[in-house]
Amino acid sequence: MGQVSINENVMDLTEDGPRLKGMHCKNCGNHVFPMQKGCPKCTSDDVEEVQLGTRGTLWAWTIQGFPPKAPPYLGETDPNKFKPYGVGYIEIPGQLKVESRLTVADPTALKNGMEMEIVGEVIGQDEDGNDLITFAFAPVA
Amino acid sequence: MSDDVAIVGIGMHPFGRHEGVSGMEQGAIAIRKACADAGIEWNDLQFAFGGSVAAGQPDHMVSQMGLSGLQFINVVNGCATGGSALISAYNTIKSGAFDLGLAIGFDKHERGAFRVSTGKSGERDWYGGSGMALTTQFFGMKINRYMEEYGISQDSLARVSSKAFRNGSMNENAWRRQAFSEQEVLQSQMLSYPLTQYMFCSPGEGGVALILARADQAHKYCDKPIFLKSAVVRSRRYGSFEVLAPSLALDYADGPTVDASKAAFEAAGVGPEDIDVAQLQDTESGAEIMHMAENGFCEHGEQEEMLANGDTEIGGKLPVNTDGGCLANGEPVGASGLRQVYENVLQLRGDAGNRQVPNDPKVAYTHVYGAPGISGVTILST
Repeated sequence: MGQVSINENVMDLTEDGPRLKGMHCKNCGNHVFPMQKGCPKCTSDDVEEVQLGTRGTLWAWTIQGFPPKAPPYLGETDPNKFKPYGVGYIEIPGQLKVESRLTVADPTALKNGMEMEIVGEVIGQDEDGNDLITFAFAPVA
Repeated sequence: MSDDVAIVGIGMHPFGRHEGVSGMEQGAIAIRKACADAGIEWNDLQFAFGGSVAAGQPDHMVSQMGLSGLQFINVVNGCATGGSALISAYNTIKSGAFDLGLAIGFDKHERGAFRVSTGKSGERDWYGGSGMALTTQFFGMKINRYMEEYGISQDSLARVSSKAFRNGSMNENAWRRQAFSEQEVLQSQMLSYPLTQYMFCSPGEGGVALILARADQAHKYCDKPIFLKSAVVRSRRYGSFEVLAPSLALDYADGPTVDASKAAFEAAGVGPEDIDVAQLQDTESGAEIMHMAENGFCEHGEQEEMLANGDTEIGGKLPVNTDGGCLANGEPVGASGLRQVYENVLQLRGDAGNRQVPNDPKVAYTHVYGAPGISGVTILST
C-alpha cells in the first residue's frame, strides 16, 4: 500500500510533496487553478499547464468546525472523531491565490500575511487501500 | 416610462420544515394565495416563470394548478433563482409580450449545510473530497478578513443575528420565531470561525408567488399596486472574491453585488438615500454587514457604529431584513429572493402588522447573493 494523489489532473505527488497544476495564459500572463482551457481575464484560449509555486502568504482564513457531508467529503465525518481544520487562501507571488486546507486549526496561530508552504495530508483511502493525499499549507517553520 | 410593471398579488407558503409537503405543493399554495390577493383565477395568467433548484421542475405544477396552456418557463440560476424568475417576468411585461403573469419560486433542501458536489464524471472529486466545497467557509473567510480590514467586532455579528430572530418572532411566516440574545448567539457552536451556529441561516423549505401586471392595468387587480422600478441580475467579474472558488486572481475587483446595485439604482432613477426599507442577503450575519456597504448604504467600516445605534432596526434610519431575513426564514434557494420582495410589498402597502416600518415607507430594496458568484437586486416603490 502506498500513497497516491487525490486527483492527478490537479496535483502531482512528488518526492518533495504535492505540486499543483494550474493554467497559465500565454496571451495575458494570468493564472487559474486548476487547469482549464480558457482564460477568464482576457478570454484567450492560448493557455498552457504550469506547476504552481509551493510557498506564499496567507490572504484569508477560517476554521471548518463541523464535519462536511460525505459524499463528497473523504475525511472523517464521525462528529465524535472529527477534528476541525483550517481553510484559507494562500497568495502565491506572481501567480494567484489558491484555496487550501491549512495544517493549523487554532485561530490564535493564524494571521493574514504569514508565510506558508505546501505539504501533503492523508485525507482517505482509495479502493486498493492506498492513502489518498491531498494538499494543505503549513506555516513555514 | 419607468412605472410600467406592477406587483398586484402576493402569496407565500410559510418557510421552515414541512414534513409530507413537497416543495412544489408549497409553491402551489403560494400561487393560490397570490391569485386570491389579486382577485384573479389561475386561468387568467398568460405566462409564468418558475424557479426551483432542488424541488423539481416548476412547470410540472400546471398538472395541479390547471392545464390552461400558458407559457411556463423554468429558471435555475443558483442563489439568484427566484430573483431571475422575477426579472424574466418583469422583462416579459416590459416588452409588451403579455399583460399579466406570475413569478413563482419554491424549494425544499435536506438538513444541514448545502451538499456541493464538484467532481467531473470519471474523476475523483478532489475539491469536495478535501473538504473545501462548503459555502459556509467562504462566508467565514470573507467576514474574517473584512473584520480585520474595517474594524468590525464580533459583537456586531451577534447584533445582526439577534435583530433577525427578534424580527422573525413577529413574522407568522418565518421559520425561526424564537428571539435570541446577543450572548446566546455568541455562545452557540463555532461553525466556521468567526461565525457561530446562530449567525448562519439554514437551507430550508418554502414558496413565494408574485403576480405582475402592466402598470396601466394594475388598479383592476388591487387598490395599492406596488411598482417594480428595476430588477437586475449580475454575475462576477475577474478579480472578485466568490464562494466555492478553488483559486482567486491576484488582482482585486468588486463583487457582483456592487455591479447589480449600481445598475438597479440607475435604472430606477433613485439612490441609496431614497431607500426606506431594505432586505439584504444575510446568509450569515457578517454578510448583512458587508452587503450594507456593497449596496451603497454606507462606507466600509461604518456598520459598526450604525449597528450600535440601532440604525438597521425596524424603527431605525434604514430598517434591514424586517421579516427576519434568511437568518430567521432559512434559505429555500428558489424562493428566497422572492420572499424579500414579498416583505417589501407588505411594507409598502402598510400591511406588515407589528413589524411595520413607521412613517409610510415609499421606496424599498432587495438584494440576493450566492453561488457561483451572482447577485440580484430589485427596487420597488409605491
